[in-house]
Amino acid sequence: MRRGHFFALFVSFVVVSLRVLGTSGPGTIARDPLRVCADPNNLPFTNSRLEGFENKIAALLARDLGTRVEYTWFAQRRGFLRNTLTARACDVVIGLPADTDAAWTTKPYYRSTYVFVTRRSRKLRIRSFDDPQLRDLRIGVELVGDDSANTPPAHALSRRGIVSNMVGFSVYGDYRSNSPPSAIIAAVARGDVDVAAAWGPMAGYFAAQQPVVLDIVPVQPQLDGRFLPQTFSISMATRRRDTARHERLEQFIDRRRNEIDRILAGYHVPRVDLPLEARR
Amino acid sequence: MRRSARLFTLLLLTLLLTYGCGNPASSAPASAAAPPAAAAAVSPGVNPAPDTSGDWVRPGRDYASTRFSPLDQITPQNVKQLSVKTTFSTGVLHGHEAAPIVVNDTMYIVTPWPNLVYALDLSKDGAPVKWKYEPKPLAAAQGVACCDVVNRGVVYAGGAIFLNTLDNRTIALDAASGKEKWATKLGDLSKGETITMAPLVVKDKVLVGNSGGEMGVRGWLTALDANTGRVAWRAYSTGPDKDVLIGPRFKPFYASDRGGDLGIHTWPADAWRNGGGTVWGWISYDPQLNLVYYGTSNPGPWNHEQRPGDNKWTAGVFARDADTGEAVWFYQMSPHDLWDYDGVNEQVLADIPIGGQTRKVMMRADRDGYVYVIDRTSGEVISADPFVAVTSTKGVDPKTGRPIEDKSLEPALGRVVRNVCPASPGGKDWQPTAYSTRTGLLYIPANNLCMDFEGVEANYIAGTPFVGANVRMYAGPGGNRGEFIAWDPVARRKAWSIKESFPVWSGVAATGSDVVFYGTMDGWFKAVNGSSGEELWKSKVGSGIVGQPVTYRGPDGKQYVAVLAGVGGWSGAIVAGGLDPRDGTAALGFVNAMPDLPQATTSGGMLYIFGLP
Repeated sequence: MRRGHFFALFVSFVVVSLRVLGTSGPGTIARDPLRVCADPNNLPFTNSRLEGFENKIAALLARDLGTRVEYTWFAQRRGFLRNTLTARACDVVIGLPADTDAAWTTKPYYRSTYVFVTRRSRKLRIRSFDDPQLRDLRIGVELVGDDSANTPPAHALSRRGIVSNMVGFSVYGDYRSNSPPSAIIAAVARGDVDVAAAWGPMAGYFAAQQPVVLDIVPVQPQLDGRFLPQTFSISMATRRRDTARHERLEQFIDRRRNEIDRILAGYHVPRVDLPLEARR
Repeated sequence: MRRSARLFTLLLLTLLLTYGCGNPASSAPASAAAPPAAAAAVSPGVNPAPDTSGDWVRPGRDYASTRFSPLDQITPQNVKQLSVKTTFSTGVLHGHEAAPIVVNDTMYIVTPWPNLVYALDLSKDGAPVKWKYEPKPLAAAQGVACCDVVNRGVVYAGGAIFLNTLDNRTIALDAASGKEKWATKLGDLSKGETITMAPLVVKDKVLVGNSGGEMGVRGWLTALDANTGRVAWRAYSTGPDKDVLIGPRFKPFYASDRGGDLGIHTWPADAWRNGGGTVWGWISYDPQLNLVYYGTSNPGPWNHEQRPGDNKWTAGVFARDADTGEAVWFYQMSPHDLWDYDGVNEQVLADIPIGGQTRKVMMRADRDGYVYVIDRTSGEVISADPFVAVTSTKGVDPKTGRPIEDKSLEPALGRVVRNVCPASPGGKDWQPTAYSTRTGLLYIPANNLCMDFEGVEANYIAGTPFVGANVRMYAGPGGNRGEFIAWDPVARRKAWSIKESFPVWSGVAATGSDVVFYGTMDGWFKAVNGSSGEELWKSKVGSGIVGQPVTYRGPDGKQYVAVLAGVGGWSGAIVAGGLDPRDGTAALGFVNAMPDLPQATTSGGMLYIFGLP
């Protein structure tokens, strides 16, 4: 017993030493709060009531690091990174497409896809942008606006000449409501549009809340033409040269992979990076 | 007051014609450029009209938007003696695009967000603050504005100062006390709307337009009752004729603008609802025709394949009845715009001799790189000539009024398109020209920028990944990114020009002694000879200039020149927004053209007032 007791003491001494060392070395984040940059009203990703899946992942990360989360809230629009991460108001973004130029992204922790959303009762079974039904149906797409850019399904449809039956929904949505981007999915459920081509994590989450059963199917082709991807890997991100923190995040992604996957599954995030049997 | 103003104008026209020294401005507002001597000569005697020739009551100075002041104490000979008389820090760091306006010995300035308004007492030494007004716009407005959180100025009318805030309010303040008289909310931040333009007051109406074409906003011009703030009418830029206020009086000059509900039919289904056509630029007014003129922004979304058609009524200019808002004519500079060529630039009204007769025209130095001379009674294009390098079009078809596009440059995702000139900010962006009735020249603060569209890049907004073209802008032919151009609208050519390293993003003020003032983004405030283009004087200020210079007569009877320094705006975002010069595609590709701006200047809003000894 004495040996056991001594051993326990020794262990706690080591832990304490590590924590103390931690505060002086590059790993100061072990004691400092985890400072996360996030949108206060962007379910299913984040909101200020901490209901989004990125909120849950941030909480898991904070627990893993033995600290708590401290949020800097900023609408995830133009200037988001500039005013938050780059401005050093916070240190970590939980979700960004891998290889985004404006920040240093980690290895990805999930890969999702744009999806077709339809009412199951309609039996439309649309899988591809080349489905001839798309020439006549009312198709909801997310519009980014005028920032020299648009969502990949909007490009894929317009390069096929499918334009006049496209119905645009602002990707910003109605920011006064509790779930700004949900209108496009609700429009499918109500029958205002026949099909929506929308980003998977958003579509999966809101589809599950509708009063009717909606089908979610990854769009095809996943790489349209030579250059237009419909699937995106999502990473965490830090500022460039924030090496210690970046390393911690990558370790976390490896170590807590199963828990992260469970969180994503709980929000019905469509995945294209899991083996088939693990997909829902 | 109005009658005597007309009399002054008649006399002024006669004088100018007699002396043959220029092309008289026609539309004569109450604050017309009437020299004091002339005013005295025709005043009824009993109640002489106040001499307002020394004021500058709105950013465009007069309703014709000439930015020409008759003041002539500062001459090409003595301008070298100008020195700083007063400075005033606004305490704000973003792009200061406003004109400091002057009336009743008081100067009024408005800052970028948070849109502080200062009244400075010019009758006291050092121009101390008389009052300060804080509208406290929502912080969220900063995230919605596309191109820095700018404000282009306040306007004075009938004892009130009218202000637009970034969070979509129009506010009337008592000019003497700064007390709020009314405030009206006109737009919705959550839809991506903001307001950055300076209002124009015409008779009893305040005219205000929205910004946010980049955010899928539907554009409008709204008229408010100047006394109560109640909305009198709103004219949308897209949608059904009843929303656009198109009725029996609408007589566009060109066939492609005729037909019912073109604001719906020139779009795919419902796309007009998010079609852009915002009204964030300048408004002019012709009191004789009782028409207001303004331009509309580019259509959205950017990917033009998603909006086949002419996309009425975007990227064009409207003439409307000033009282009712009814559309009278429309001309579209860029039908189905491909390049973000907003049509919001100012229209300078003048009567100039063309083909042996005097024509009532508006002159527009447009984003698309052309100076348009348009008959302002009918909307007919009299001439359209490039004032910068233009590759995106090969001229304007005189029969149809439509640009002749170079189809080989049409943008498509995944296709590299090079050497598109002018770049998206245009041959000239919002920064307004000045027109001198004495020299007959239009002074254009111009950009010389071209751009490439290449590749695709994943990006993320509101949790949604998307792809877009990389846009990179760079200096056009000659290597200079800016040029200050004196344009002869009658001869249809440059009279002279000055090359500038950076885009010239400031306004211009022209004077009765042919001295012309403008500023540069690296912080030089310059005076040039309006006839010859000779540089007469320059002074370095604390930050780059993207504001609008004014000149006025002070309480001491002396002429002064004032300008707000404070770099920013779209072109200056690399400094005001602290963008990384290594990411050339930031600020929609503008950063690529401006990597050296942070070395040339730093941010900080400061008013400078210059005067003679």
